[in-house]
Amino acid sequence: MMPVNDNPETSMARPCPAHRILAAAALAAAASQAPAATIGFLAPLSGPIAIVGQDQVDGFMLAVDQLGGKLGGQPVNVLKEDDQLKPDVGAQAVRKFIEKDKVDAIVGLSFSNVLMAALPRLAESGTVALATNAGPSPVAGAQCKPNVFSMAWQNDGAAEAMGKYAQDKGIKKVFLMAPNYQAGKDMLAGFKRMFKGTVVEELYTQVNQPDYSAELAQMQAVNPEAVFVFYPGGMGVNFVKQMRQAGLLGKMPFYSVFTIDGTTMPSLRDAAADSISGAMYDAALDTAENKKFVAAFEAKYKRLPSEYAATGYDAAQVLDVALRKVGGNTADKAAFAKAVKAAGSEFKSVRGPFKFNNNNLPIQNYYAFEVVKAGGKLVTRQVGVPLPEHTDSYHTQCALK
Amino acid sequence: MISGTLLLAQLLNGLQYGVLLFLLAAGLTLVFGIMSFVNLAHGALYMLGAYAGAIGYEKTGSFVAALAIAMAATFLVGLVLERLAISRLYRRDHLDHVLATFGLVMFFNELARILWGPQPYFVSVPDALSGTVELFGFNYPSYRFLIIGVGLAVAVGSYLLIHKTRLGMLIRAGSVNPAMVGALGVNIGLLNAVLFGLGAMLAGLAGAMAGPILSVQSGMGEPVLITALVVIVVGGIGSVAGAFYAALIIGVADTLGRTFLPMLLRQLADRSVADAAGPALASMLVYLLMAGVLAWRPQGLFPAHKG
Amino acid sequence: MTSLLHRPSHWVPLVLMAALAALPFVAQAIGQPFYIALVARMLAYAVAASALNLALGYGGMVGFGHALFMGIGSYAVALPAFHGADNGLLHIAITLLACGLTAFVTGLVSLRTTGIGFIMITLAFAQMGYYLFVSLKQYGGDDGMTLAAPSRLGPFTLGSATAVYAAGFVVLALQTWWMHRLRSAPFGMVLRAARQNPRRVAAVGFPVLPYRLAAYVISAMLCGLSGVLLANLNAFASPATLSWSTSGDLIVIVVLGGIGTVFGPVLGAIAFLGMEEILKAYTEHWMVVFGPVIVILALVGRTGLMGALAKLDRAPSQTPATAKTAATPAVQGGH
Repeated sequence: MMPVNDNPETSMARPCPAHRILAAAALAAAASQAPAATIGFLAPLSGPIAIVGQDQVDGFMLAVDQLGGKLGGQPVNVLKEDDQLKPDVGAQAVRKFIEKDKVDAIVGLSFSNVLMAALPRLAESGTVALATNAGPSPVAGAQCKPNVFSMAWQNDGAAEAMGKYAQDKGIKKVFLMAPNYQAGKDMLAGFKRMFKGTVVEELYTQVNQPDYSAELAQMQAVNPEAVFVFYPGGMGVNFVKQMRQAGLLGKMPFYSVFTIDGTTMPSLRDAAADSISGAMYDAALDTAENKKFVAAFEAKYKRLPSEYAATGYDAAQVLDVALRKVGGNTADKAAFAKAVKAAGSEFKSVRGPFKFNNNNLPIQNYYAFEVVKAGGKLVTRQVGVPLPEHTDSYHTQCALK
Repeated sequence: MISGTLLLAQLLNGLQYGVLLFLLAAGLTLVFGIMSFVNLAHGALYMLGAYAGAIGYEKTGSFVAALAIAMAATFLVGLVLERLAISRLYRRDHLDHVLATFGLVMFFNELARILWGPQPYFVSVPDALSGTVELFGFNYPSYRFLIIGVGLAVAVGSYLLIHKTRLGMLIRAGSVNPAMVGALGVNIGLLNAVLFGLGAMLAGLAGAMAGPILSVQSGMGEPVLITALVVIVVGGIGSVAGAFYAALIIGVADTLGRTFLPMLLRQLADRSVADAAGPALASMLVYLLMAGVLAWRPQGLFPAHKG
Repeated sequence: MTSLLHRPSHWVPLVLMAALAALPFVAQAIGQPFYIALVARMLAYAVAASALNLALGYGGMVGFGHALFMGIGSYAVALPAFHGADNGLLHIAITLLACGLTAFVTGLVSLRTTGIGFIMITLAFAQMGYYLFVSLKQYGGDDGMTLAAPSRLGPFTLGSATAVYAAGFVVLALQTWWMHRLRSAPFGMVLRAARQNPRRVAAVGFPVLPYRLAAYVISAMLCGLSGVLLANLNAFASPATLSWSTSGDLIVIVVLGGIGTVFGPVLGAIAFLGMEEILKAYTEHWMVVFGPVIVILALVGRTGLMGALAKLDRAPSQTPATAKTAATPAVQGGH
């Protein structure tokens, strides 16, 4: 007998219970003998950073849809929880996934602080967890776990790529800026790891600071050769708009990570021109898989996918391969985790080459993308691969093989 | 290196940031001081103004029209809110105000996300003001001068309104003795509604002005609201003039602190300590300033004269 | 006994406490241990809210910075554990000392103001604490710190949700009983009188400031215990605990439950966090429903949930408000 799940949190979170029960019943009737797999998706779905969470969910659900509502050949229930970017709430949601919903895998896991808060529960339970938005250095190093993977990146990676790119371009003096929190410090540290020139100024601004005119004035005073910043989400929109209005964007090479990407471009439009960003993915990436993915994503959601949508999509693909490997049986969590690790090398990622390193973080390309105004339109194109098949700097501290 | 021109430029930046704060704080201090109502939803009204301005600009192509639309929209929302909910709370404890407006903030933030999505809404600076002006050897965004202009206009306008018009006289009288004003035949309910609407309108104007330089998204009001509360407390509750001076002081202090404190620390301590402590201290500076003012003059620096 | 049944404001709290005591056993029996962790979090927040109620409800001091003490409590567990000290009594001692000292110093400054000034200055101190913990990079900064080991109390550790639940329940029960006794104790009466009319209290010969400061300090220390519980429950300490929205949530919980009532904070915590969980299950846009619900509660309920219960009390024929009355509506003292 198929366990029909009419738990209110089921599936696509449509508010009407009757539709859900009907859908679940139809799914159960149409499905094969295999019982449904349950996936817990934790993402920031409210607040200023909600677009990041939404993109991950949309990317993941697109893949599930394309696979016929199934992963690994069996029907799948996706339970969504909003962590509101609060570690407290995220840890409780993870606990709920593990203890109450008894999920087969947890995906998403929001930003580094939420992931770190959830880590003790994840380690204790052994449930497979695929982070699609973070890869903090402790998890890449000494606190690596055999069941915790990152489908996204190690936090320093993109910044290292920009550092290398700036280095290769012969830049000698650079001005750095980031918000004053862990990720900001990590980004600038990552940049400096690869950049061998002089850092003329390193500024840390307040998180969610609205006005950057003071820092922009400092930038003008110093007149650097190039600028590198990290301003995610709304901060990025603020900063780039203000830098453009101060007439500074376009005067010198502007490098950034997570500042100008799929989530902020629609709000920046022309203000984003003449910038170069480092990322493991952009919709402009010229691979066959990506072209199909972008077309499908745009058709379904009416917007271009960001790197967060790509990590969500890839996470579903990996789970599909891994679930097939264990025949849908995730009771042996250690075996499932091993299957996920192997699946990392077996699926075709939209971002190019991909596999899991010993610490379960990705070995992948980091690209440089340039946004230019060409023929009256804003165009993103890939201008380099500063770090091909890059391994992160912390994997040697991880005891896993 | 701290050069004279950098200092001047940062002073100007500080003043401009202060004016932006004043735009937000003006409505808040009016409502708080005169109606004794703690309006935490002021940040949400600011957000609505930003969205209204953004959408208005998109649809009409005229920035002036966008500002008018934003002000009208938030005035109306303020009126409706006042009639529906706020008016029932005047005689209640301040904590009930906190509770009610807390619920309103949640509601409006989520409503914005439902209506306009989680992505920041696109707004651009009007073309006429998208250039820069050269000042003290720096390029200064022209749009910021508009902000300063509008802020000064609001400051002068609200002073004139409160002290030189009949409506202002009624407002001041109503804050001291609403029963008497009512007994004299003035519709005190309507007066309060209009006043709340005015406060909302000011918040909406601040939001519409801030839209082109900031990110227009759900929850954009909260970070600025805290600083606005600091401004009105330092300035003195109920005093628009106090809010103006306090906003300038805080704007300049925050800007100069953010720029020069890390620099200063780097001279005094070694690099790693300075990099950790500098930004933390700079963030704390505004709060330290407020704590200091309150410890010395709890009623604020420029309290309103009552009665 | 019939008079007890006629007064929901009396028996509802008792029944609720009994239900809370029974919950872990029931949850284990039906194979849903998750609820233990869920309600343990509510208990921790109830401890914090009850602590705030001492300052806010009894003392009339609207502090918008109690999250600071929750945060200090969390880090009082995480920091020693990081350095190898996992003795629970040590954690508690550090919490009480650190919170008490911080509250004493900040209280001395803050109590020079009243009303909105007091709100803002307590908020300011909490924000400063937040920025301080965020800047501690070697202790994780805003990424937070995983607990190296849970607090050890003799043969028990607070390493499981059930253990935290038990500890939280004991603390809450003792705290609630103490708050109840405080209403008619001299300290409590002076404090509550000072809330209504400080001048008169001073005229009678009681110095208001020391009483208020003492209440603020005790309130902070109790709030710190909540932080100890949360850190152990989540096995994690984070500066996010110190954010102003946490302080705001605590105030909402106290007001929702009934300011100045004994059992209000517990009711408020369960109602607030419980409603959040229930609404989240139905829609991801739960805040668009939760917001108006809170507004309506603010408009309709003059004295929170306990006040609503009190309205259901059938008035007993005899007079005086005995000290047992947990349903005394909060006095509308304004600032």
